[in-house]
Amino acid sequence: MARAVSTQHKTIATAAAWIVALLIFFPILYTIITSFKSEQEAIQGFNLFPSGTTESYTAVEAQSGYFKFFLNSVFLSVGSTILALLVAIPAAWSMAFSPGKWTKDILMWMLSTKMMPAVAVLFPIYLIFRDTGLLDSRIGLMIMLMLINLPIVVWMLYTYFREIPGEILEAARMDGASLWNEIVYVLTPMAVPGIASTMLLNIILAWNEAFWTIRLTTTEAAPLTAFISSFSSPQGLFWAKLSAASTLAIAPILIMGWFSQKQLVRGLTFGAVK
Amino acid sequence: MKLRTLTLGLLSASTLAFAAHAESITIATVNNGDMVRMQTLTDDFTAKNPDIQLQWVTLEENVLRERVTTDIATKGGQYDVMTIGTYEVPIWAKQSWLLPLDKLGDDYDVKDIIPAIAGGLSVDGKLYAAPFYGESSFVMYRKDLMEKAGLTMPDAPTWDFVKQAAEKMTDRANGVNGVCLRGKAGWGENMAFLTAMSNSFGARWFDENWKPQFDQPEWKNTLQFYVDLMKAAGPEGASSNGFNENLALFQQGKCGMWIDATVAASFVSDPKASTVADKVGYALAPDNGLGKRGNWLWAWSLAIPAGTQKADAAQKFVSWATSKAYAELVASKEGWANVPPGTRTSLYANPEYQKAAPFAKMTLDSINAADPTHPTVKPVPYVGVQFVAIPEFQGLGTTVGQLFSAALAGQSSVDDALKQAQDAATATMTEGGYIQ
Repeated sequence: MARAVSTQHKTIATAAAWIVALLIFFPILYTIITSFKSEQEAIQGFNLFPSGTTESYTAVEAQSGYFKFFLNSVFLSVGSTILALLVAIPAAWSMAFSPGKWTKDILMWMLSTKMMPAVAVLFPIYLIFRDTGLLDSRIGLMIMLMLINLPIVVWMLYTYFREIPGEILEAARMDGASLWNEIVYVLTPMAVPGIASTMLLNIILAWNEAFWTIRLTTTEAAPLTAFISSFSSPQGLFWAKLSAASTLAIAPILIMGWFSQKQLVRGLTFGAVK
Repeated sequence: MKLRTLTLGLLSASTLAFAAHAESITIATVNNGDMVRMQTLTDDFTAKNPDIQLQWVTLEENVLRERVTTDIATKGGQYDVMTIGTYEVPIWAKQSWLLPLDKLGDDYDVKDIIPAIAGGLSVDGKLYAAPFYGESSFVMYRKDLMEKAGLTMPDAPTWDFVKQAAEKMTDRANGVNGVCLRGKAGWGENMAFLTAMSNSFGARWFDENWKPQFDQPEWKNTLQFYVDLMKAAGPEGASSNGFNENLALFQQGKCGMWIDATVAASFVSDPKASTVADKVGYALAPDNGLGKRGNWLWAWSLAIPAGTQKADAAQKFVSWATSKAYAELVASKEGWANVPPGTRTSLYANPEYQKAAPFAKMTLDSINAADPTHPTVKPVPYVGVQFVAIPEFQGLGTTVGQLFSAALAGQSSVDDALKQAQDAATATMTEGGYIQ
């Protein structure tokens, strides 16, 4: 009997999970479906079965080349993530293994910077970028993306490092390991899953960042967010083209997310359940 | 041997010099059909000007406005040509943010630009932006539904006729709304429509001394008429409808009438996108017998920021994109119906254009019926038909737009909305030093 109940529960839970997942994924699915419709089909109300035309993709590619934006997105998201990890790993290491009086406050302060609306600092940042010649440069934007995601990266790594018993590091030190050896041969191998999931999440965040990437770029450094934005029209319904542009923009990150979902979920739920 | 080396050396040096001379200009624009078409036709420009390369930045309208404003105010120098509207041009020209367009070439024929449009883009007699396409607003209506209602649309209808027709055409059981009007809050959304409409009711934003006028009966008549009309014959959830939402409704056959931008005519009459393409008629925007019609005037225009280092190349491009030759280029590649409308008088005199665009005459009449310097019945201290060309208007217009949108949604009464609008306008104008 108990077995039957648990099976029933399991079925309900699975069904509920599927429904929730479908609800969350549906807007993306419908965007993909719409991208395979003609413009006339797209405005004719709800319809899950497109005619399968690829005219929108052809039009989108002809209007503004996808590849340049794609390369910028890859460069910016991967570059800013590597930069963020280089800064965040030592920071999280020191906070996790030799916390001071103010460690908690510093962590909270770092997180609080994420609570400020980005637009509040648009003008100062814009002027700094203008005066340092960083407007529309990949390097400038990479630094910007690194800075805005740094609090999350430090927090995630900090939580991860805290789970590693300090005794292991002490044992390594007893055996005569230097700080460098301790980080490279002991800490890093143990923290690889955590670093990997942090890296993945940060790549996704940087890929989707649409405030600074649109406002600090014009042509050279513009990533896929600027590509999508260019298909939004104040006068005219180009839903199929907009959907095609969106599908092209999210496809790489969606595929990457699909293959790395295990690491992502593990990283995000780590520490939640002991 | 020596000669060959020398020749080769000279050749490479000249190539290098040419490459160094070739300059690239960056153009910021919006994703409207005519602008997209221009991007596909730039081979013609680069063939005529091989030393100039074009870089395009296409942005969503609000983002574009924010980006070019930031850039021009901080002299960021990111753009050499900007796509801006009739609202920005007089304000920015007065701030010396734009270069006057005085090198457009001998064959440019400035006088051919439609006077109402040229007036909106000039300050002290100097042209600061060249119109790429111009628009007014007019009534688009379903001829079949009008006939079914037993009515005939006059060329120049009154608001009372529009109301009567809207009520008769409404058939909510079959999803047909008599009239679709903008309700989405924003200075360029519902306030563009309502300000233009208020002109025909004799209302004005400010009197000659910049005192806000929302406490006057003309505004009450305008807003009450609009809310009542939409309640009786408008679509559900109209307070969130802008241009694109109403376009979708009209194309799906859910509106009897739609009063909006003249540029919409090419969309609703396009059989590839519209289900009612062969049933659309056009009429001038309505009036109330006071001598002013409820139509606006707008021109997406190309301007050159004062901070650019490439002013000459930028002017060459602006001249090319807004010339008569460009209209002929579009016509030769994509037909006369696709030529950017509303900028040049000569286009409307062209019999081929008249044949290809059945809405041509009505568009020109609508544009000519709008006067940015005398937009309404009583005198005003400002320029602009559906806006007030002062920097404070973007913020104030959107605030008032939100109040009026709330009145349409039934969240507040017409009287409350007007009172709050009056308070908001008074506060803004006092802060700006216009009134004490």
